[in-house]
Amino acid sequence: MDWLYQPWPWYVAGPIIGLMVPLMLFIGNRSFGISNNLRHLCAITQPDKVDVDFFRYNWKEHTWSLVFVIGTALGGYLAGVVFANPNPVQLSKAAQEMLLSWGFLLPSGGLVPDELFHTSVRNFTFLFACGVLVGFGTRYAGGCTSGHAITGLSTMQLPSLFAVLGIFAGGLIASWFLVPHMLIG
Amino acid sequence: MTRYLPYLFAGVIFGFVLIKSEAASWYRIQEMFHFQNFHMFGIMISAILTGFTSIQIVKRLAHKQALDGQPIKIPEKAPGHKSYILGGLIFGFGWGLIGLCPGPVFALVGTGSLGALVVLAGALHGTWLYGALKQHLPH
Repeated sequence: MDWLYQPWPWYVAGPIIGLMVPLMLFIGNRSFGISNNLRHLCAITQPDKVDVDFFRYNWKEHTWSLVFVIGTALGGYLAGVVFANPNPVQLSKAAQEMLLSWGFLLPSGGLVPDELFHTSVRNFTFLFACGVLVGFGTRYAGGCTSGHAITGLSTMQLPSLFAVLGIFAGGLIASWFLVPHMLIG
Repeated sequence: MTRYLPYLFAGVIFGFVLIKSEAASWYRIQEMFHFQNFHMFGIMISAILTGFTSIQIVKRLAHKQALDGQPIKIPEKAPGHKSYILGGLIFGFGWGLIGLCPGPVFALVGTGSLGALVVLAGALHGTWLYGALKQHLPH
């Protein structure tokens, strides 16, 4: 049962993720994608006084999608808590040196660095602001990594190629020009 | 309720894989954006190839029906490019900073990460902001 605790190689994880596309179609003609749920959650919680058109639709038709992300969280609990990997993330040598030069400690157990995620007003303000970018951007683009990169590209849709190019360019800018200076000037 | 069980089950597998493959790791995302490891690219490429191959098979099936008996339809995105590029840039920028896209946010919330919950709260506000500003944005 050791494989349940160990990290999985890309050639196991990738195909399973890719199979979500036909699986969702087979279960009920659904298009695999995660970020739509952010919209549904807004539609559920929109107060009567705040009446934005974009959130006025019958979200109950999308219950399947909300059930899927509840499952995603449950899967996260199983993989990250019940069958937690006892070892820290094994980065490449180059990535380790890069992290140290940015003033970060090497991974020591968690998937995300304490430097950015431990509880503090500064960190949570930063995480919230980045969350706003993720939520705004995914809805503007009409999808995220799952809906565009996985579903969109595997069904050969040009709009998804535009989205993926935008996503990767945005990520490169952030990762090359901002992240290195987040902890040290 | 039972008709939702397949979605719950698929979601559990998806969340499990995101954590086990470390796709939900900020470290892995930085490593990817600096081209220092094939791991994340391997995940994306093999996922797309698997999706592509299985869609080609589905298209050629004589009897292509979903569980509910309806014929399987491959969904299509609305044509255009502005919103896809601009939205993608904004999302990608946020992704590069916190190393979490929406799927991994939900998976990480499941591990009990308070920080991921804060990201989710921010993402909901961002989504709402888009809905409110939609008609003023280029599409």
